Amino acid sequence: MPDQLPPSPLDGNKVMISLQHLTKVFPGQREPAVNDLSMDIPEGEIVILVGPSGCGKSTTLRLINRLIEPTDGKIVLEGEDVTRVNSDELRRRMGYVIQQIGLFPHMTIEQNIATVPRMLGWDRKRVASRVGELLETVGMDPEQYRRRYPKELSGGQSQRVGVARAMAADPPILLMDEPFGAIDPITRDRLQNEFLRLQSDIKKTIVFVTHDIDEAVKMGDRIAVLREGSVIAQYDTPERILTNPADAYVETFIGSGASLKGLTLAYVRDIELADWPIAQKGTGRQAMREALLGSDRTAILTLDEQRRPVRWYTARDLDRSESLDEVGLPATALVESNATLHDALDQMLTSYTGSVIVVDRDGSYRGTVELDAIKHRVDEIRAAARERARQMSVPDHEPMTQAPSR
Amino acid sequence: MSKFLDYLEFRQDHLLELGFEHAQVVTIALVIASVIGVGTGIAVYRRERAATVAIAIVGTFLTIPSFALLAMFIPIFGLGYEPTVVALVMYALLPIVRNTVTGLRQVDPAVIESAQGMGMGRVRRLLRIELPLAWPIILTGIRVSALLLIGIAAIAAAVNGPGLGEDIFAGLARIGSASATNLVLGGVLGVIVLALLFDLFFLLFGRLTTSRGIRA
Repeated sequence: MPDQLPPSPLDGNKVMISLQHLTKVFPGQREPAVNDLSMDIPEGEIVILVGPSGCGKSTTLRLINRLIEPTDGKIVLEGEDVTRVNSDELRRRMGYVIQQIGLFPHMTIEQNIATVPRMLGWDRKRVASRVGELLETVGMDPEQYRRRYPKELSGGQSQRVGVARAMAADPPILLMDEPFGAIDPITRDRLQNEFLRLQSDIKKTIVFVTHDIDEAVKMGDRIAVLREGSVIAQYDTPERILTNPADAYVETFIGSGASLKGLTLAYVRDIELADWPIAQKGTGRQAMREALLGSDRTAILTLDEQRRPVRWYTARDLDRSESLDEVGLPATALVESNATLHDALDQMLTSYTGSVIVVDRDGSYRGTVELDAIKHRVDEIRAAARERARQMSVPDHEPMTQAPSR
Repeated sequence: MSKFLDYLEFRQDHLLELGFEHAQVVTIALVIASVIGVGTGIAVYRRERAATVAIAIVGTFLTIPSFALLAMFIPIFGLGYEPTVVALVMYALLPIVRNTVTGLRQVDPAVIESAQGMGMGRVRRLLRIELPLAWPIILTGIRVSALLLIGIAAIAAAVNGPGLGEDIFAGLARIGSASATNLVLGGVLGVIVLALLFDLFFLLFGRLTTSRGIRA
């Protein structure tokens, strides 16, 4: 393979689902709901279908498990054409989670989760242990919840059970239609984080529909921005969509604040940390004063025996007569190095000094992040994205819809 | 009043026997009607036109006066058990068909979609999801039919049918005589007691056969 070949948008991952010229025209309608859609979905990634309501994204998802039969085109699963196979058997190979969840109200949580394994003929013991395992995976105590009924669960718990049920027979693919759409923002955020953590273990191929670009950026390894008729406006990584929207439509859909959204994709660990003068707690005032004067900073940070940040002192604080425990300001605004720049910026707005202290997992001091560093990193990300786009010799404003054939 | 109590004591065995016959014919008709009615409901609930037609047909059955219907059956089925059961089945259909259709239609579409999305086929979905969820409503229909049949079955004595109607008709035939009132009252009382017993049965049966997850 020649070196110059542009990296495939799928980064060489194996294609799990391939949609080929998929079209759906509903009876009595002239415009197709899905119009000649072709896309490859790589194994082990979360691919987000995002677009305004009515753009055909949910229809597209239902075409994949053939809850809606395509008018034309092919669905290829791991190389196998499944457009004509028995649709019930096809669906047992894919988990399906919808916004309304649709737990079976007359069945216990255990029976709900056991639905597909029982259809597949698993024996009782294997089903029971799988249910226990899944409930633990989604953070619910099996003994407490097994025998409960859906009406006894909160919205967030129902959603967890819905995900557990979809994963019950360990299908390689999960289809999720606005799975967190009907949940309050705080719970949603928690469920999203839990789900991402789960996904990093299970590595399923996930097709995820949402109308919320923020959710798309947060959850997606890859995002397909769709316009009416489920036509792909851009299919790319979140970074590239934010920094390099294919056209005015994508730009409008991302909305303002694309740079701010991009901050959720960059991490504190990737930027160079700044340094402030530091002193062990209990160091004499004179020594601290000298350390402070020797730097170009306006404050000095004290650390305790475990190197955990304690207080900030300015030169004036050190001149005051009160005890050192009473003057200065407590060292707040701490982040760990796996925090996103978005988190760091958020902390920065609350900090006294305008910098955020970065600590290790055990709380020990590593350095600080300043506004300039964040700005610098954003510029870098943008420049890199432009450079990559240029190297791929794809014009900036041409929608990229498909992996080059390999 | 005390005379009536004496009468009841005297006729105890006879009334019990009639009551038993009454309950039996109602139960037989109800079982047949449930099978036909729920089956019809399942066959039509997805199709608007078919459902409307089916409900209209079984609805007209209910508008035929019971006397007339039973009389019409004499040339076909003769006297006794058969015309009674056929007529009762016809009267029982409307509540059962209608409630089956209503019950199956009110199942949350999200529940059906998720069942479908998990690869549950048509039959399995009906048996495991839709019917259990529609069951309380279907059972209510059967219960309404049961009460209806207990009343109508009394008329069946007109075609020599079994049950408490025998005493009621016997009493009505000799109105004015000393025993007439007692005969009628005894039969009516039997019908009421039977209705209460059936209702109690359905209450318990409903609790036993409805999942705890959907009980109110």
